[in-house]
Amino acid sequence: MSAPHDMPSAAELVEAVREWLERDVLTGTQGRLQFHTRVAINVLSMVERELIVGPEQAAAHAARLAELGVADDAELAARIRNGEMDDQAEAVRAAVWASVRDKLAVANPKYLSAE
Amino acid sequence: MTELADALADALGASRVDHLTRLSGGASRETFRFEADGRPLILQRQRAGDVRDMGVEAAVVRAAHANGVPSAELVASSTEPSEIGSAYMVLSLVEGETIARKILRDEPFAHARSVLAGQFGTALARIHATDVSAVDGLQEQDQVAMYRATLDSFGHPHPAFELAFRWLDAHRPASTRRTLVHGDFRLGNVMVDQHGLAAVLDWELAHIGDPMEDLGWLCVKAWRFGSALPAGGVGTYEQLIAAYEEASGLTLDPDVVRWWEVLGTLKWGIMCIGQATAHTSGVARSHELAAIGRRVCENEHDLFLALEGRW
Repeated sequence: MSAPHDMPSAAELVEAVREWLERDVLTGTQGRLQFHTRVAINVLSMVERELIVGPEQAAAHAARLAELGVADDAELAARIRNGEMDDQAEAVRAAVWASVRDKLAVANPKYLSAE
Repeated sequence: MTELADALADALGASRVDHLTRLSGGASRETFRFEADGRPLILQRQRAGDVRDMGVEAAVVRAAHANGVPSAELVASSTEPSEIGSAYMVLSLVEGETIARKILRDEPFAHARSVLAGQFGTALARIHATDVSAVDGLQEQDQVAMYRATLDSFGHPHPAFELAFRWLDAHRPASTRRTLVHGDFRLGNVMVDQHGLAAVLDWELAHIGDPMEDLGWLCVKAWRFGSALPAGGVGTYEQLIAAYEEASGLTLDPDVVRWWEVLGTLKWGIMCIGQATAHTSGVARSHELAAIGRRVCENEHDLFLALEGRW
């Protein structure tokens, strides 16, 4: 899995800390500290999701960029700006939309489900 | 804190300063509440590294207040670091609530919610009618050029933002007026009590520009805070526009407001990168700021929804 490291996996370690924050810290704090604990829980949840689906998303993203004939987001952004992608505008929008949805699936899945 | 209280008493000529409490600390400034000889006041103090001129903001607050914009009264201000250690403003305390979640959900604000959209329209018309010819240093901003440059300065290109810039360039409305623009008018930056709008706060982004910028910004999805109502989370486009038209005597084009809403969505996305950069660069180390970096995609998502059928 992630040799040479032992179990638990990185995602499981983050999960363990998140669970501790939820179980012990959140209930023992209030005000600003409780709010910042909630933020920390959200951040760790995000990292857990990225550790799990990140590699698959990276491959899908690379495939979409290859389909459009660009190396990375920087090149795609520059070519959109220069008007060089105007002749395949539909395909560009579809690819960018797919990447945005992948980012949201990690950062804030609730945002997608609220559409 | 004692040092700050003493410096404040000196700066205000007060015999005593009590109950000095820090309310919040953002990337650019800190806000405190205190009493000077028994009078409740607010202190806004600039952080090191913030390049904005707080003196301009103070002059704008004074002009808007004089023109009848619901707002706090400017009690004292200085851009001299010698007074309390950094540039600051002291404002009268206006009681009420700023937290959007509470204003949108809690029972005591039920009446306020029913009148806020109209009050927002009226207040914006008054802001835009404020005479700022005497305010030195208030800058005219081309918001598209400014945020283009801001995005480029971060060095994190975003294809979704480039698509939005292309759309904005192709559909830019002819600007008809140049006025004072608040620059960040939304829940969170207004004080609300049970009667509705009590004070417009947070003038740090004020500038000269197209007044429709403020209306579009108010309708950006992030500023609805989960509400289904587009105008600041508290009303319809029609309510906001009707109140503005009545107060100003002008007729607005809803498509122009929508164009500014799209730009506003793009701006907030770029600002999210900026907030995360404040953390990564070390200006203000904070996991809260870091996490905002991952909200960029919410804005990319909203841009696609706003532009659906309009490309």
